[in-house]
Amino acid sequence: MVKHRSADVVLVGFGQSASLLAQELTETGLEVLALERGGPRRTSEEFAIPWVQDELRFAIRNELFEQPHRTTVSFRHNARQRSLPMRHLGSFNPGTGVGGAAVHWNGQHWRFLPHDFELRSRTVEQYGAGFIPDDMTIQDWGVTYAELEPWYDKFDYICGVSGQAGNLRGEIQAGGNPFEGPRSRPYPLPPLKRDLLSTMFDRAAIEVGDHPFPGPASNTSKPYKNAYGVQMGACTYCGFCEWHGCGNYSKASPQTTILPVLLEKPNFACRTHAAVTRINLDSTGTRAVSVNYVDMQGEEHEQPGDLIIVSAYATHNVHLLLVSGIGRPYDPRSGKGVVGRNYAYQTVSSVDVFTHENLNPFMGAGALGQIVDDYNSGNFDHGRHGFIGGGYIASWTTGQRPIGQMVIPHDAPGWGSGWKRAAKENYLRGTSLATHGSSMAYRDAYLDLDPAYRDVYGNPLLRVTFDFHENDLKMSDFLTRQLTAIARAMKPRAYHANPVARHYSIVPYQTTHNTGGAIMGNDPETSVVNRYLQCWDVPNLFVVGASAFPQNAGYNPNGTVGALSLWAADAIRSRYLKSPGPLVQA
Amino acid sequence: MRGRYIVALAVLTAGAFICPAAGSRPRLDSWAQNARGRYLVIVGDCAACHTTEWGEPFAGDKPVPTPFGTVYSANITPDEETGIGAWTDAEFLRAMRHGISADGSRLYPAFPYPWFTRVTREDLLAIRAYLDTLEPVHSVERENELAWPMSWRFLVSGWNLLYLDSGAFEPDPELTAEQNRGAYLVQGPGHCGACHTPKSWMGGPQRDQAYAGNALQNWFAAKLDGDETSGLGAWSEQDIVEYLRTGSNGFAFAGGLMQEVVEKSTSRMRQSDLEAIAAYLKTLPPGEDTGGDGDDTAVAAAEQFPEGHRVYVDNCIGCHGYEGEGLPDVFPPLDGRATVLSPNATSLIHAVLRGISEASTEARPTRIRMPGFAWKLSDEQVAAVVNYVRNAWGNHASTVDASAVAEIREATSAG
Repeated sequence: MVKHRSADVVLVGFGQSASLLAQELTETGLEVLALERGGPRRTSEEFAIPWVQDELRFAIRNELFEQPHRTTVSFRHNARQRSLPMRHLGSFNPGTGVGGAAVHWNGQHWRFLPHDFELRSRTVEQYGAGFIPDDMTIQDWGVTYAELEPWYDKFDYICGVSGQAGNLRGEIQAGGNPFEGPRSRPYPLPPLKRDLLSTMFDRAAIEVGDHPFPGPASNTSKPYKNAYGVQMGACTYCGFCEWHGCGNYSKASPQTTILPVLLEKPNFACRTHAAVTRINLDSTGTRAVSVNYVDMQGEEHEQPGDLIIVSAYATHNVHLLLVSGIGRPYDPRSGKGVVGRNYAYQTVSSVDVFTHENLNPFMGAGALGQIVDDYNSGNFDHGRHGFIGGGYIASWTTGQRPIGQMVIPHDAPGWGSGWKRAAKENYLRGTSLATHGSSMAYRDAYLDLDPAYRDVYGNPLLRVTFDFHENDLKMSDFLTRQLTAIARAMKPRAYHANPVARHYSIVPYQTTHNTGGAIMGNDPETSVVNRYLQCWDVPNLFVVGASAFPQNAGYNPNGTVGALSLWAADAIRSRYLKSPGPLVQA
Repeated sequence: MRGRYIVALAVLTAGAFICPAAGSRPRLDSWAQNARGRYLVIVGDCAACHTTEWGEPFAGDKPVPTPFGTVYSANITPDEETGIGAWTDAEFLRAMRHGISADGSRLYPAFPYPWFTRVTREDLLAIRAYLDTLEPVHSVERENELAWPMSWRFLVSGWNLLYLDSGAFEPDPELTAEQNRGAYLVQGPGHCGACHTPKSWMGGPQRDQAYAGNALQNWFAAKLDGDETSGLGAWSEQDIVEYLRTGSNGFAFAGGLMQEVVEKSTSRMRQSDLEAIAAYLKTLPPGEDTGGDGDDTAVAAAEQFPEGHRVYVDNCIGCHGYEGEGLPDVFPPLDGRATVLSPNATSLIHAVLRGISEASTEARPTRIRMPGFAWKLSDEQVAAVVNYVRNAWGNHASTVDASAVAEIREATSAG
């Protein structure tokens, strides 16, 4: 065991949350050390154009993702099943390496709605307590949209988000999302250039009575210089956002927005290939003293720190708490305990559309598209539908990569000359429209440690117990119907709906939006961290990321992950450092 | 905390100039003199040659490539045995002015004493005083790798007869005080001519062609004279200041060897000194006309260099634009830019083959990098695209052939 000199702040993981926290906390003069299990990554080297636009290497062979032969999860639908380990990546792709999953995201940069943060109380208020199913364990976040707005705003301006505001300080703006929470400022950049599909979807959505607007994109529509002085290029619509790093300095990631400044700071350091395996507490169990990590050679290290921030991928945050014995593990039988509770995901469906027009879908960007948000969250009356939640409907033109994103009719042959004919006929004139729905929390959907399987470090695997529930299936089918109406109004050659499967399958890719397990709240009986993401039981430990979401909203999570990270960083700077101790009295 | 460092430096150096000049003997407690020396060491970019990557500051041992072989830089920390700790001030002054080491041996002019000879005695002693405050580092001396007859140090005295014009800087009565300050910095501590002035076959500066540009280490140090297209004629003083302070302006960004000069030296210099340098450089007349602003030959260029046009469209327009217009503040334009129109295309070929990084400065921290294309473009294709961009849009410059590309490919190959 190699024992290192203590650092003021130790960050576990070096992705989106960690780089924001490091950038903010180094401003106080503290010495900050990030421990990242993967390798270093730079725009000019690892993401150099045109090497990076290699679908086989990145999207098929998964170069930027977690390696399941080192660590993975096991899975089962319910407690009656035996869990089995995922030996290949499936329905989600956690990142590894500097920048984490914020390197390979699309850039779909959302704010959750005011309604989402107070979901339980607003639902009870509008529809009565009986509207919430007995096994649904949704709760309020303990933080409101209004409190997070300055941090959403700051994160927008760090990332150079392109978009059209729909609500500026309460005034509804033409062309934006009329349902969104009030913004204090417009988007830093105007929307991306519209492609033909966006125009067609926009027209059709208006025709059926919806309110379409350009998707908020962490893909720059113009050159940009952010608040830290970091420069970004304008997106070239190369179509390789998802699963790829951006070589053009135009998709927001730690590399393109923070690291050029952060890595120059003498009070910051990052150790790569340092896989954290445990957080060590002192004898009282109320103070974190160090973390253990394993380097590339398999040697074990101990890194002490005064303040320890767990800021890895959501599921890893929960895993690390469980293997370190921090917080009471959740017990689904009694409903007691908190760590692993309220694991949620995302409920998605799609409609394939085959147009008469040539869409040139290879010209795209990860967040290029038009959106309908009429059926999200609290934007419509749920009373007559009998479900909670909702989602957005989108025409994303992300680039139609040739291997993985070929849209051909569902009844076309899967191989041979028939497949080739279908591909030739439809590649330029086929697309897939999406619904992106919320995922509620349930008593029987949770994370714990697998009793049988272990990772390469000897820790038990994280076990995911999860299935879709009636409420979310109803919600998703409702969204699919709304989307089908828009698809029909586009007057295509043909269309085909792909509704959500009745049971969740962890095999086909859906979204990398795993949430919960170390949720935030105002009550230590039902949350792991307080409203500042500080661990109730161990005040010098913060747990930051989508693991804090009490349930998942109908949006992509990264905008909220960024805002929560800045919110936590501010609480640490302005309050915790002055008086280290619990920021909220239990 | 680069920001804090710069502020601290500014305070220190401001102090240096309101204090009276220190005595002739450097004293370790002479705060103002040390601060002045520290600033001059930045102006002189001493670290560029005397600090190796990951090495102790100023402990030398950095290989400095010359056309005659490799010279290893000296340890200039105050170590008594392997550094310059045992040197007297007189010995230090003699080394800086005449290129003679404490033991009487000749220093090779890779050490830019032909420029430091212009530095005033006060400034040289301030540099010495600052170097005396460094942590002494005991280093291992390395033999230079020079081909005969250059390995005979005594021959340098003959070289000095031909090329060393010793003597401190004399202000030019025709110039303003600011221009003279700039001239002092450029000709003295900044030793700009060490790279930017053409060299004779013996490596001696051709002072009659001062700042007309010079090829070294497979780059071409640009013309700094008043030439409208390939020099600084089209740049305002503000443009020069912006380039030196941030590493980039609308015309060019600091890549190649200049990247390090901007990062370690000019971006950390005082604004008034950058303005003085700009004021002086703008007094330089245009040299020999080597490039030209032609008519709008876009069509002609595409016709004249069809292969170059194809290579350009396939590889370059994503960042530099179809019309060579670039992307403001991010990717440099190629139309009418000095690097593109330089009489010598070495830097352009080098950048296309191996890529090029801009400097990272406080104002522009990102260090945007163009990737290299050596792996995918043949010598013929590189020559074609270089000829195309040098003659497309409003550009007009001489052409290169594939053998010139092959030479640079060979010389810059890592393997």
